Amino acid sequence: MSGILPAEFSLRLIATDLTVRETLSVLRARFVAQNVPEDVCGSVELVLAEALNNIVEHAYPPDRPGDILLALSLTADRLRCTLRDRGVPLAGLTLPDGGRPDPEVARDALPEGGFGWYLIRDLSDHLSYARTAEENVLTLDFILVRGGDPAAAQMPKSDRNPI
Amino acid sequence: MDLHSDYHNDMHIITVNAPRIDAAAAIRFKDALRAATAEGPALVVLDLCHVTFVDSSGLGAIVAAMKQLAADRRLELAGLTPDVAKVFRLTRMDTVFAIHKDIRAAALRASG
Repeated sequence: MSGILPAEFSLRLIATDLTVRETLSVLRARFVAQNVPEDVCGSVELVLAEALNNIVEHAYPPDRPGDILLALSLTADRLRCTLRDRGVPLAGLTLPDGGRPDPEVARDALPEGGFGWYLIRDLSDHLSYARTAEENVLTLDFILVRGGDPAAAQMPKSDRNPI
Repeated sequence: MDLHSDYHNDMHIITVNAPRIDAAAAIRFKDALRAATAEGPALVVLDLCHVTFVDSSGLGAIVAAMKQLAADRRLELAGLTPDVAKVFRLTRMDTVFAIHKDIRAAALRASG
């Protein structure tokens, strides 16, 4: 298989559940066309789904969804995704901790939510958040080739053994 | 949300005929699954072989559906596609549900 084909592109969407779904499908097709490995496509789609859903749910009022600007920069070994919205800032102007909800509890107490930031943190290699005068800017990086081995880069952090 | 029910011995098989259980679908999925499992066999197996994407909202809906069942009933899963299996593994929800490779394996387990 040939390597990843570099690309820079951006798109603007209205922050609703259905436009997020459409956008993720468009991006998946685009990543496949750029030769991004399937497993990486899956991780990126999940992280972007969680980040976009957070904006839909928390940044804008449900009856007045605003815009999200999504910019992507793909090189041979890295993908950077930058999400900008003009909604309310993240609480405390900072990224949530994103610990994994505990699965070892009684059935009635099992978590039905709280997975989003955990998945974002686990599957991305670097993330940062900035609040400007008007915008939330979330930057997500994915390393696509680690130590010369594309396979190693596809592992979530929770699966990697520290060396 | 298109759910299809089949009954195999004492197993209620519910096949999800949709490619995504995501934030746009989660509430309808949860309601449809609750209606489909309101009564019937103690063992319910959710066949996810047509589902290629589940996000945290979809995962929450599946967990909620299991919690809605009476204590003596079980919800098991079958046919997880790679990206869906990854979500269950990363969140450790694969330790909460019995997960079968496919419906055939689930039926073998149920009858054996």
